[in-house]
Amino acid sequence: MPNADTAIQLEHVSRQYIMGGATIQAVNDVSLAVARNEFLALLGSSGSGKSTLLNLIAGLDRPTTGSIVAQGQNLAELTSIELARYRCNTIGMIFQSFNLLPRMTLEENIELPLRLAEVEREERPGRVHEALERVRLTHRLGHRPAELSGGEQQRVAIARALVNRPKILLADEPTGNLDSVTGEAILSLLRDVQRQLGMTIVMVTHERLLAERYADRLAIMGDGRLLSSSEIAKEAAR
Amino acid sequence: MKPRDLSDLAFRNLREAVLRNSLTTLGVAVGVASLVAMLSLGVGLQELASKRLSQSGLFDTIFVTPKNNFRGMARPQREMQSDKPPRTLDEDARKEIEKLPNVIEVYPQVRFFTEVRFNNKPFATVVAGMPDSSRNSGSFDGMQGNFFSSPTANEAILQIEFAKDLSEKPTSLIGQDLVLRYAERQALPGNDDSANPSGEPSGGFSVVPKELRLKIVGIVETEPAAGYGGYGNARLLMPLSTASTLRAAQVNDLRDIVRDNTANKTTYASLSVRAKSPSQVETLEASIKAMGFAAFSLLDASKSLRTFFSVFDLLLGIFGSLALAVATLGIVNTLVMAILERRREIGVLKALGAADSDVQQLFFVEAGVMGLFGGFFGVLFGWLLGRAITFGTNVYLKRQNLNPIELSSVPWWLVIAAIVFAVLVSLAAGLYPASRAAKLNPVDALRYE
Repeated sequence: MPNADTAIQLEHVSRQYIMGGATIQAVNDVSLAVARNEFLALLGSSGSGKSTLLNLIAGLDRPTTGSIVAQGQNLAELTSIELARYRCNTIGMIFQSFNLLPRMTLEENIELPLRLAEVEREERPGRVHEALERVRLTHRLGHRPAELSGGEQQRVAIARALVNRPKILLADEPTGNLDSVTGEAILSLLRDVQRQLGMTIVMVTHERLLAERYADRLAIMGDGRLLSSSEIAKEAAR
Repeated sequence: MKPRDLSDLAFRNLREAVLRNSLTTLGVAVGVASLVAMLSLGVGLQELASKRLSQSGLFDTIFVTPKNNFRGMARPQREMQSDKPPRTLDEDARKEIEKLPNVIEVYPQVRFFTEVRFNNKPFATVVAGMPDSSRNSGSFDGMQGNFFSSPTANEAILQIEFAKDLSEKPTSLIGQDLVLRYAERQALPGNDDSANPSGEPSGGFSVVPKELRLKIVGIVETEPAAGYGGYGNARLLMPLSTASTLRAAQVNDLRDIVRDNTANKTTYASLSVRAKSPSQVETLEASIKAMGFAAFSLLDASKSLRTFFSVFDLLLGIFGSLALAVATLGIVNTLVMAILERRREIGVLKALGAADSDVQQLFFVEAGVMGLFGGFFGVLFGWLLGRAITFGTNVYLKRQNLNPIELSSVPWWLVIAAIVFAVLVSLAAGLYPASRAAKLNPVDALRYE
């Protein structure tokens, strides 16, 4: 049972896909607890199942077996509408390719989660400004994503993820499309936000050095499973 | 998502692919235009036919005759089956009918044979008295000259064919005088019972030729209520009050003198009863029949006409809808393309917290907006098309020396119905794309490049 200090609790979570008649075990019996205000980095090689695990925590996908409890909500028990509300109010997500809507201005992109959460129109400009201020991009309010650098776009994506004041921030390879300096700046920003707002962050990355520097804890996945300390040592020796 | 946010996003999405969405909307507009143009022609033709018939004064009028009147129009055989005894159509009966609900007026048919003298030449014709109310009934719209200056004026309106008989230039007759020669009825002194020991029926009248000078004030195409309730078409019309005071001998006079119960009373061959609207004619006709008179209206003919035009409109509507059916395929195509293009966007929306229903509604609103604009412009195009057809027809009619007509008509109900229909059809077309978009797996959608 998750205690009060646990933000996310995964119990024997598995996710199988059937593709072309073959069963693919993307996540295999993962149990993991993430504490409140913890910055967890989920590492692993390509195809290790870390992004699938992140999507399961985000409520974008449902596990084949096992249970996920996030902020006291058992995701398996939620209907698709409740799951949408959970994504809207409890979770903030950022992606490797930023996923900003190219035809909208930064302001409109950041306002989008507020529209989905049915926040009153009068309240929205203040919330958008607050989120942009946190990522130091208030002067680019009316610009479109294509007019920004990769690092700036990711900062906008962070602002969009924060605008609904979520408890959990999920980041899927947030530095994957950025150079090392910019990537470091983004992770620095994420850590600052986490400390200022008291958020829980789960970040999927394959950049171990950066993860070690900014995350509170690392979890490593291989073949859909979480690796034990001895397995990590073996992996490192190879 | 709130409706305003939903519509904001839908309009934004439509603006982003403005050319494609405009073309799709244009497709809907063309479909609606063809539907509206077809139906406007149907409605226009129906209005044209109804106007002609209502101008004849037939559809709000009931013709009342005594049951024992041997006239084909009164269908004597059927009426005789009624339990009610036949009643005399006299002044008391006229007043009684006048008191029935929804009756505007009840006036006798004054119609008699006469000889008209004009330029010392005799012309035989039938004269009819016109009530003053017919001034505003639309029956005399488009007449040459004017209606009678007063209900008791010694004035005449000629039917065009009769006017042509009198003069090669009918319009030149207006303002000229003609002489009416008619047979005046003069009652013979009645014999009381003591002086009539034989028991023969009392009363009777003699016929004296008389003349009256009338001023021609107008010329009309056809006589309103031509022929029904009377004896043949009247070709000379005069004010009803003037005609009544003439005491001209009418056909029923001969019948009345052989009946002993009408000796001292004015009786009528027939009465015309005008109802407030054609919809009240049926009830009124039944009430009059229940009073013991024969009554006849053209309601049945009107019903057949309405049935004909309903079927006609339906067929036109079906043909007009074919273009709209093709246009709905355009909407389906546009929205399915939009799903492919915006697959990743749908994934992002879901990741940010959009429910399946939000995505579905977004596509629905986009389809509805295309339908709304398509409907609006379609009505406009359809109206213009109808005007163009009317214009072309009138150019042709003018060349044939015929009067122009209003061939198409776009009433308000058609405007609203066409727009609502376009929106409903568009929403139906958006049903499949919207549900497909809503069912997209967000994980797959986010991976889509």
